[in-house]
Amino acid sequence: MSAPVRDQVPTSPGVPDDGGHRRGFGRPTRVVRAFGGRVSLRLDVRTLAVCAALALVGLALGVVALTTGDYPLSVPQVLDALVGAADGPVRLVVVEWRLPRALLALVLGAALGTSGAIFQSITRNPLGSPDVIGFSTGAYTGALVVILVVGGGYAGVAAGALVGGVLTAAAVYLLAYRRGVQGFRLVVVGIAVSAMLASVNQWLVVTADLETAMAAAVWGAGSLHGATWAQAAPASVLAVLLVLPLAWLAPRMGLLELGDDAAAALGLRTERVRLALVVVGVALTALATAAAGPIAFVALAAPQLARRLTGAPGVRLLPAAVMGAVLLAASDLVAQRAFAPTQLPVGVVTVSLGGFYLVWLLVREARK
Amino acid sequence: MTTNPQTGRTPVPPSSLAGTPADAPVTDAAPRADRLHADGITVGYDDRVIARDLDVSIPDGSFTVIVGPNACGKSTLLRALSRLLKPSRGQVVLDGRSISSIPAKEVARRLGLLPQSSIAPEGITVADLVARGRYPHQTLLRQWSREDEAAVLGALAATGTTGLADRLVDELSGGQRQRVWVAMVLAQETPILLLDEPTTFLDIAHQIELLELCADLNRDRGHTLVAVLHDLNHACRYATHLIAMKDGAIVAEGAPGDVVTAALVEDVFGLPCRIIPDPVTGTPLVVPEGRPRRA
Repeated sequence: MSAPVRDQVPTSPGVPDDGGHRRGFGRPTRVVRAFGGRVSLRLDVRTLAVCAALALVGLALGVVALTTGDYPLSVPQVLDALVGAADGPVRLVVVEWRLPRALLALVLGAALGTSGAIFQSITRNPLGSPDVIGFSTGAYTGALVVILVVGGGYAGVAAGALVGGVLTAAAVYLLAYRRGVQGFRLVVVGIAVSAMLASVNQWLVVTADLETAMAAAVWGAGSLHGATWAQAAPASVLAVLLVLPLAWLAPRMGLLELGDDAAAALGLRTERVRLALVVVGVALTALATAAAGPIAFVALAAPQLARRLTGAPGVRLLPAAVMGAVLLAASDLVAQRAFAPTQLPVGVVTVSLGGFYLVWLLVREARK
Repeated sequence: MTTNPQTGRTPVPPSSLAGTPADAPVTDAAPRADRLHADGITVGYDDRVIARDLDVSIPDGSFTVIVGPNACGKSTLLRALSRLLKPSRGQVVLDGRSISSIPAKEVARRLGLLPQSSIAPEGITVADLVARGRYPHQTLLRQWSREDEAAVLGALAATGTTGLADRLVDELSGGQRQRVWVAMVLAQETPILLLDEPTTFLDIAHQIELLELCADLNRDRGHTLVAVLHDLNHACRYATHLIAMKDGAIVAEGAPGDVVTAALVEDVFGLPCRIIPDPVTGTPLVVPEGRPRRA
């Protein structure tokens, strides 16, 4: 933790020191005012720096994903392909094969990280992430039902995952509702629902015929293998649409962390804001699950890792999003390259990493 | 429940269950002219009614303290006044309008509340927490105006926490932390402040420190204050207007010197006691009878 300089005369939140930086928030802060004060923002310098650095890492991972593999390419070749100046095979490899997968890893990672931040903020609990409280399991159940009953097809499975995730979220929300939803109750109910659905999933797979069960298991591992624009394009557009309302919701999310009474006293419609956050969070998880299958760990770990880097209070959305993108992009590179030519499902990589993280988290929480 | 405590001095008529209109205490203004009042409200949780048909008016510019035994409905009344709890009957009126019909953010610019339990997010600094009190004044584009800055500075100064601005809230002592929460509510810049048991987890010195702060805010800065307090002697010393509750009803209200009598305390708290003048302030001081321990 690099603490900001403390040996200066304590100035107050309003007083700018040289360079436009302001002290008094205990951290370097930059205030931006424009249009005669009609627009004003308070920016946390370290958070911005961390986000920028993580974005660069994500970009670098994207470059690695586009240039390496069975058919190595140079950066200029890739750039040519991206601007449409490359010939057949290079264009095919870069634009049709590698780009959708790399893009999908970044976009879905960001979606999962954001969703994790939303639920960890609402539940005020680092365990309150959508993969722990059952939404991913429910999405898997939905997908399984489609695979077993209808027989699959990408759109059908995606729709099944979406419906499964949303129904599970609604069930958990309603079961946990008692004069409003409290974080801890949501986590406990979610874990219980998740356990029940996991056994349902087990039963569905066991009772299916071998071929169907294999297909279901492959989907259930969570993979970006063979991702095409048919998945990447709609997923990216939807993710952007889902992130838009967060510009409005993010400051309210920070107030909810003060407790319902304090937030309501500040003029927040707490239940309404929380419901909106839940809807966006569930949609983001369901989107990722529909596109790639259940991918654990990213939603759980990204917000907390980002928080450690930024040192900012509570979980924040933007750092969690870029951290999620980096985590999933890196995991997918490992999944592709670690045992090449064998392709691991990225879900296997994130689950292994997540196991270590979860043990560490539980030990840390237990010691509190 | 309408026991009328017979007081030695000229008592202010306690408002009965039916709600007599005569509970505007000393002013000769028209009844119900106060900025914040509750008209015949019935409040409770789910189907459980805590208080029925309450009529309360908070005198403008007063430091009103609500006292009563545990579970008498005093915090419930405060929650209703702050519109955190919607009455099942009757209405709370703020500036002549039903509080539930005013947009939440607009209410939050006129009326602030320090709830019993608030949570400071891990790793938040004092200035950052106090700055969150500015939310009702901010918009999507105006997130940190010069007024916001000035209000946060003023709130830190008024609560004596300017020197703590850079510190993490987690690192503070209980007394400091409570001052910081008060600063957050002050940054809201509301003429009316409601405080729900603000002294509960503080030691005696910090309790007095906080109450002195409240009295200053009331006297010097003109805030109308409403606080729920447990300690009757603190209430007598600092309140300008006292509301005594029992079993969800208001038993007495008025200036502490007028309403606090041995009979009232015995009626409300079931505690035999004597009332003597506080040697420092002259306000009523409640001395429990108990049993003498030493011969």
